[in-house]
Amino acid sequence: MKTEDLIGLLAADAVPVQRNAARRRLWLALAGGLPLAGAVMALLGYGVREDLAQVAAAPMFWMKLLFPALVCTAALVTLQRLARPGVRAGFAWLGIASPVLLLWALAAAALAEAPAELRPALVLGQTWRTCSASIVVIALPVFAAVFAALSTLAPTRPAAAGACAGLVASSAGAAVYALHCPELAAPFLAVWYVLGMAVPAAAGALLGPRLLRW
Amino acid sequence: MTSRPASDAETQMRALFLRGLDGDAVAYQAFLVRLGAHLRAFLSRRLYGWPDDVEDVVQECLLAMHNVRHTYQPDQPLTAWAHAIARHKLIDVLRAKSAREALHDPLDDEAALFAESQTQAGDARRDLDGLLETLPEKQRAPIRCVKLQGLSVAETARITGLSESAVKVGIHRGLKALARLVGAAA
Repeated sequence: MKTEDLIGLLAADAVPVQRNAARRRLWLALAGGLPLAGAVMALLGYGVREDLAQVAAAPMFWMKLLFPALVCTAALVTLQRLARPGVRAGFAWLGIASPVLLLWALAAAALAEAPAELRPALVLGQTWRTCSASIVVIALPVFAAVFAALSTLAPTRPAAAGACAGLVASSAGAAVYALHCPELAAPFLAVWYVLGMAVPAAAGALLGPRLLRW
Repeated sequence: MTSRPASDAETQMRALFLRGLDGDAVAYQAFLVRLGAHLRAFLSRRLYGWPDDVEDVVQECLLAMHNVRHTYQPDQPLTAWAHAIARHKLIDVLRAKSAREALHDPLDDEAALFAESQTQAGDARRDLDGLLETLPEKQRAPIRCVKLQGLSVAETARITGLSESAVKVGIHRGLKALARLVGAAA
């Protein structure tokens, strides 16, 4: 085929395109995936905490929601940049890193204050065995939705974009799981939430180059 | 982004492209012709060891840019967007040719893309027509009519007995499928 024929063909497909497609599609994927994440949590047999009304007065409860929500928003903003050719991620990474660093600082302070014999309990809580894995499983629908949206866009750094997509999903999953989670200690969040959020991000980095070819 | 004054090529091509994004086929075609010339010059320089491959990669880039044109946002220099896609495709090609070749980044400043232009098309070596034959009839027929006979969508619809929207959908899906086939064949 001659290039001029190809160009004629492409021009015949000049339908108006959606503006802000990257932003719109990725937000929609998150919005569509969140209720499904809630459904997965229900399937796992995890209900929302029964003492939600009382616990809502505890600052740590809000911290537990706010932390993943901040990471999720920052990862989504970064992903919207990574999904468009020729746009650098720039300092968007800082938005992801700072909530994590802040949480680690809080956790370190809490551990430093606590008597030595209470420290293991602050880190392990009662649910350390299931917390990270639950976050990963609850994140799965968002993971699929965000990857599906991302594959209609054009990431030129598929590993970075995949990692970021994984992080959007896992932090959304963590925020949903926080509604059930009985733990309220910063050191617990700093270890098990962060681990649960890191695993899908790593999976995304590995899958990105395979699934996001274009 | 550096605040370099936009080149004439950038300003003019961006105007044509934005009209194309709104559905103006004439402006879009003019844009693609100029873009093709820039790509040809740009790629010739970077594929000097494989002059026969240049036109193939030009076509691959045009097809890719068409299929992801919704990722361009007007707040971004067009040359940065187009350069990133050309670079992405070129790295794929070089990686397929030799793992060693891909190790050193063959590319430079993004403004280099619109700095030169070569309108004389070479011959494409890989035959897109051959790939076209493997598409399902619903996509192949409209593409053939529009491409080979230069028919309009309305005329194609009359000849093939498809509705106009089916012709448009056929072309649209066919071009996506074609880009996938090109990627797989590389």
